[in-house]
Amino acid sequence: MSEPQVFERIRDEIGKHDVLLFMKGTPVFPQCGFSAAVVDVLSELGVKFHGVNILVDPELREGIKHFSQWPTIPQLYVKGEFVGGCDIIREMFETGELEQLLKDKGVALADAA
Amino acid sequence: MAMAAEEIIRLIKEGIPGAEVEIEDLAGDGDHYAATVISPVFAGKSKVQQHQMVYGALGGRMGGVLHALKLTTMAQRP
Repeated sequence: MSEPQVFERIRDEIGKHDVLLFMKGTPVFPQCGFSAAVVDVLSELGVKFHGVNILVDPELREGIKHFSQWPTIPQLYVKGEFVGGCDIIREMFETGELEQLLKDKGVALADAA
Repeated sequence: MAMAAEEIIRLIKEGIPGAEVEIEDLAGDGDHYAATVISPVFAGKSKVQQHQMVYGALGGRMGGVLHALKLTTMAQRP
């Protein structure tokens, strides 16, 4: 069985952006509370990220669930690695693990003012 | 589009034998739950893998009939 064509597109997106969030809505206008929560965390950490709005792309919306073997949106990728969905990101943020992971992977964070 | 809490607990325990499962109906609407799953099988696994095991036990319902399940997993009680 060959893999879905959409996987190619997903790999391409993941390869292009160090920090990539598959989400409902856009970073400026999230259309789901869970997506908004992850946007808040990333903003809080001062991380530049790219958002992909899966609501406008049904193929991607289905494809990403199979690609990550993860049933829900949002999904955060850092340097090609799937880090988690909303619960994991929030938990990692609270424990400081997320900041550490971003630093370890060489992602630039804005200095906390 | 909702699921009873007992059904969620049953499925998780079936998929992860011996797991302790606590569930809370967050909105009282049978559609927004928080679940804590404690099982030694999670030891040494990443958070992503731990959650994937719970989603696997729910057999494709997560993201479908089950819209919102805030999930916390741990190998043992803190």
